Amino acid sequence: MSDHLILRIVGKFLIPYILLFGLYVQFHGDFGPGGGFQAGVIFASAFVIHTLLFGLESAERIAPQWILKIVAASGVLIYALVGVAAMLMGGNYLDYDFLAADPIAGQHIGIILVEFGVGLTVASVMMLLFFTFAGRGEAS
Amino acid sequence: MSGLGVWNYVIIIFLMMIGLYMVMSSSNLVKKLIGLNVFQTSVFFLYISFGYIEGATGPVMQEGASLYSNPLPHVLILTAIVVGVATTAVGLALSVRIKESFGTIEEDELHTMDSSL
Amino acid sequence: MLAHLPVLVILAPLLGAPVASLLRGPNWPWLLATLLSWFALLCSVLLLIQVNAQGTFIYTMGGWEAPWGIEYRIDFANALLLVLITGLASVVLPYARLSVEHEIGADRCPLFYTALLLLILGLCGITVTGDAFNVFVFLEVSSLATYTLIAMGRDRRALTASFSYLIMGTIGATFYLIGVGFLYVMTGTLNMADLAERLPAISDSSTVRTAFAFIVTGICLKLALFPLHLWLPNAYTYSPSAVTAFLGATATKVAVYVLIRFVFTIFGVEFSFGAEPLAEILVPLAIIGLLSASTVSIMQPNIKRMLAYSSVAQIGYIVLGLAMGTAMGLTASLLHVFNHGLMKGALFMVMGAVAYRMGGTSIDDMRGLAKTMPLTFWAFVLGGLSLIGVPLTVGFVSKWHLILAALELGWWPVVVAILAGSMLAVVYVGRVVEAGFFGEPKDATKREAPWGLLVPLWVLVIANIWFGIDTRLTVDIAEAAAAQLMAGGVVR
Repeated sequence: MSDHLILRIVGKFLIPYILLFGLYVQFHGDFGPGGGFQAGVIFASAFVIHTLLFGLESAERIAPQWILKIVAASGVLIYALVGVAAMLMGGNYLDYDFLAADPIAGQHIGIILVEFGVGLTVASVMMLLFFTFAGRGEAS
Repeated sequence: MSGLGVWNYVIIIFLMMIGLYMVMSSSNLVKKLIGLNVFQTSVFFLYISFGYIEGATGPVMQEGASLYSNPLPHVLILTAIVVGVATTAVGLALSVRIKESFGTIEEDELHTMDSSL
Repeated sequence: MLAHLPVLVILAPLLGAPVASLLRGPNWPWLLATLLSWFALLCSVLLLIQVNAQGTFIYTMGGWEAPWGIEYRIDFANALLLVLITGLASVVLPYARLSVEHEIGADRCPLFYTALLLLILGLCGITVTGDAFNVFVFLEVSSLATYTLIAMGRDRRALTASFSYLIMGTIGATFYLIGVGFLYVMTGTLNMADLAERLPAISDSSTVRTAFAFIVTGICLKLALFPLHLWLPNAYTYSPSAVTAFLGATATKVAVYVLIRFVFTIFGVEFSFGAEPLAEILVPLAIIGLLSASTVSIMQPNIKRMLAYSSVAQIGYIVLGLAMGTAMGLTASLLHVFNHGLMKGALFMVMGAVAYRMGGTSIDDMRGLAKTMPLTFWAFVLGGLSLIGVPLTVGFVSKWHLILAALELGWWPVVVAILAGSMLAVVYVGRVVEAGFFGEPKDATKREAPWGLLVPLWVLVIANIWFGIDTRLTVDIAEAAAAQLMAGGVVR
């Protein structure tokens, strides 16, 4: 798509804002609508636009697949380990009350960490899916 | 409920039937997946309809609002959407690999290639 | 830590799956998965002991009391299923190392074990949870893992088998979702115990009846009840041997558990069998299924496919038991869930060992097996006897209870059908045994399967004999579970 000048310029202009909006949805999730699922998809969509405009190779330089795989796995691990942490601190699995001395602060810490894990996994899995499908076509 | 009457349910059932019909009638695997998606989406609409309360605002605490629509169906459907995305991804990945190893994604051609299907 | 047992069973595969996906080579992910499955088995056995000693075990996720939060509620029925799933996982995983490396290739092993751990996670999750929507989520986790695992088979037909299972499975799960939505709109709750409390008051409503129809149909697609079984034979035939052994032993059984939970605990016996014609629908389907699938399996040249059709027939016995709507029928059904898991696990593992040495699973590959691979062959014979229902094997125990339950109701034609099904089993098992014993080996130089396959295989075969002779454990638990379920199952 190197000859589509308008698309390239508009894309370059949009990508940072999409990323920023993704982060907003991610971290505002415990006060308003938002959360890891939506944020992860929005964040990944910026990379999808980048890939469409500048090609798969350029996108894979920014986010190589082996890193995405590690990020996807670590997101799940963050989620699971927050639950384990709550369990070790005396509560039930995923009982955020026990994560801090004050139960309300604990709930905040817990949900932010869990949604962070969800966001990491969703974003990286979405990118992996897109890269895998996009790369498959070129190979054949 | 009176705002919409039962029309939303009529539309949902219509979508559901379109989806199921597509799954059953089309022989192209990708079209089958699209039909499956339409079918699943109709169920998402069904749940969202359940959560609708006439005159209520979105389920976020705010001043001046006393009636909130039911957030639970939304949460359930968010999960179901994610499941649907994953199912579609697996289905498409399978179609790609079927295309690579059989050379076609038309079901009747697949049947003639492998009689035991 | 005993208070956390239900979640530890889930946590082991949940933590293991992402780690396994990052490990390199065939051996490390295998080791991790095996150790975790043993840990999960330990937890399930402890859980069963706890339930036996103290009654229903309730665990609230995140400390949120039901009905606001999700609770895990373990009684005899789930504890028994949990032991079956984790037990089979603990036997199949050691077996998987050689079989999977041979059939799938070393480079895809980490992904294989990740998917297998996710499958175990999903199946255990369905079993422990006390929330109707949570069942859907875990159902889809296990299904997605299953589609991936089936598609890893060597034959390219594994791909089309996986695809048609994906379509059928998703339709089934979505039907279930519609049913649960109707129940939620009528009662305002998703908690199974709450649903059971609130449904009797509104059981006349057509919405509840519709919900019942959707849920039963959706689950019957998942458990491959005749005539909704069309996805099963291909899926079992073309998936890797270790996957077939695990799926054949557990996946449909978990769907049976969900059906039992809904029919007996949530809707209640009076609604399911009184207001709704459940027995009138399920009993004929189960009988047609067990007779026709047994007949079809006689004609199969591929033994793995023959066993897959036999699985459809065995589902017929299981559904027949629960469709009687009596405590004895339910006992027989639960017993057969457990016992069929043991025998089909063993038989599919035999086929894996045959495929490992002979390269295929057709009846020609089985010829002369008694000379070339005697230990594998005798494992097949014992597993086959168990499938037929010969005394001193587990198959006898569950069929005996099934016949007793049918006699209690005076259903003579059903007894005849059960016996006829066993006769058909004699034919299709006997055909293979005859070929193995009297046939000439295709290649007399083939040796016995390696110990890595034989030891787990024989552990299961011995379990088949053990639980066939010492029936106290399984029968007592199944009877306790049936009594609990018949009483409505809700113990506050």
